[in-house]
Amino acid sequence: MFEAVAFYLFAFLTIAMFFITVTTSQALYALTALAAGMIFISAFFFILGADFLGVIQIIVYTGAVMALYAFGMMFFDTTRKVKEKRGNRYIIVGLSTLTAVLIVVIFAAPMVSKNIVALYPVIEDAGNIQLVGVILFTKYLIPFEVAAIMLLVAMVAGIVLAGKKMDISLTLMSSEEIKKEENKKVLS
Amino acid sequence: MDSAYLIETIIKVVVILLIFSALAGIGTYFERKILAFMQRRLGPMNVGPYGLLQVAADGIKLFTKEDIIPTNVVTPIFKIAPVITAATAFMAAAAIPFLPPFEVFGYEVHPIVADVNIGILYVLGMMAVGFYGPLLGGMASANKFSLLSAARTAAVFISYEVVTGLSLLAPIMMVGSLSLIDFNEYQAGGIGDWIVWSQPVAFILFWISAFAETGRTPFHLIANDHEIIDGFGTEYSGMRWGLFFIGEYANMFFISFVIPLIFLGGYGDGSLFGALGLLGKMSFFFFFFLWTRAAWPDVRPDQLMWLCWKILMPIAVINVVITGFVMMF
Repeated sequence: MFEAVAFYLFAFLTIAMFFITVTTSQALYALTALAAGMIFISAFFFILGADFLGVIQIIVYTGAVMALYAFGMMFFDTTRKVKEKRGNRYIIVGLSTLTAVLIVVIFAAPMVSKNIVALYPVIEDAGNIQLVGVILFTKYLIPFEVAAIMLLVAMVAGIVLAGKKMDISLTLMSSEEIKKEENKKVLS
Repeated sequence: MDSAYLIETIIKVVVILLIFSALAGIGTYFERKILAFMQRRLGPMNVGPYGLLQVAADGIKLFTKEDIIPTNVVTPIFKIAPVITAATAFMAAAAIPFLPPFEVFGYEVHPIVADVNIGILYVLGMMAVGFYGPLLGGMASANKFSLLSAARTAAVFISYEVVTGLSLLAPIMMVGSLSLIDFNEYQAGGIGDWIVWSQPVAFILFWISAFAETGRTPFHLIANDHEIIDGFGTEYSGMRWGLFFIGEYANMFFISFVIPLIFLGGYGDGSLFGALGLLGKMSFFFFFFLWTRAAWPDVRPDQLMWLCWKILMPIAVINVVITGFVMMF
């Protein structure tokens, strides 16, 4: 009974939050609703007994959405409404409905045809974390390693992009030195 | 799910809420007194004996003050931000074992609301969500200083989450579990078994990032004290501002419970002595928060980032690697 109540409560809350995220024109509302929705999703993991994934969902998405807030702060006045450019409303609604239906069908079809078999049965008396570890280092070893390499590449690229001219400090330079640097077109 | 369990859980939740909201109030009294003694003042003296009733006076003031919502703020977000801080602080308490299990009238009580097997991650995750309070409050306030404070909150949060996680990874590898009760069992053998002896580096790193996690003094710049305002709380008044305060103090108490549970043996073998020991260690860490506030200035934001990314994070990574090698061979 509790599980059903919790499921419907959080299902309603999650959908409501994401609806706000999509429809509002206020950046702060959108970001807050997004964060709330992401945190409410973790409730489903808890209901299913996947505590570890639930907590990871909370930690990862609070951090990720927090970074979005930081961008929001840099680019908008978040207390004002954003003027949105609205295209053809029918195309937008039609396309998004179609996508949503397609995604549901893709995931529901194997369930309806009962074509799902658990290839890797749950190991008895192993905790959540151990199970995640085992599955990561057996079945999903290659995606796991590829993800690691991708993150490394992204990190190197990030350092290269952000690290240009990091050896000079505008705070420590006198104004003449800054002018000289500008003339050298080092600072664009 | 039988009704005895349900009633027990509800009672535990209510007790923890009451005790720690009261403690948050008394915590402000301790803070004022300790800061005062360290600065050779008397601190609160006028209300009640030794100023003890100052807490009640502050409470009455906060509850009865007008709740002002300034004109240009984003009202719903502005209103909900303090609630987030206070609520997440108390939610984090759900996975902390405050005392060893004890018996009341032949009924065994476990002083932990939910013994989930990922306790420590849950506590840290909830404390991380608590950062949304200052962030949203600052961003919704329509005040440039508040916005600045929100930006600093985001910076501190994004940086110090990394150090907290990495420093905890090494003890977690040793214990092989994320449950705080398992941590306690691992160290139940006495002082020699404490994780702090094998993981001193992780202990110091976690302690430092606890200050960032609670936004206490060396990292108090999320409140911009030096601009003679209250950062994200500038536009707040009455109980909404009070909720930020309760959240901050509750967080301090909870992290003061978590540090001894992870590194300093927790409640040990579960005897009365062990339980008192845990409370004693908790009091020391709480006192240390106040001590630091009296003794240290705030760091600059650039020093904060420098400390996190160039010093603490590499040390934490090296610590994890060394722990891994030692455990493997």
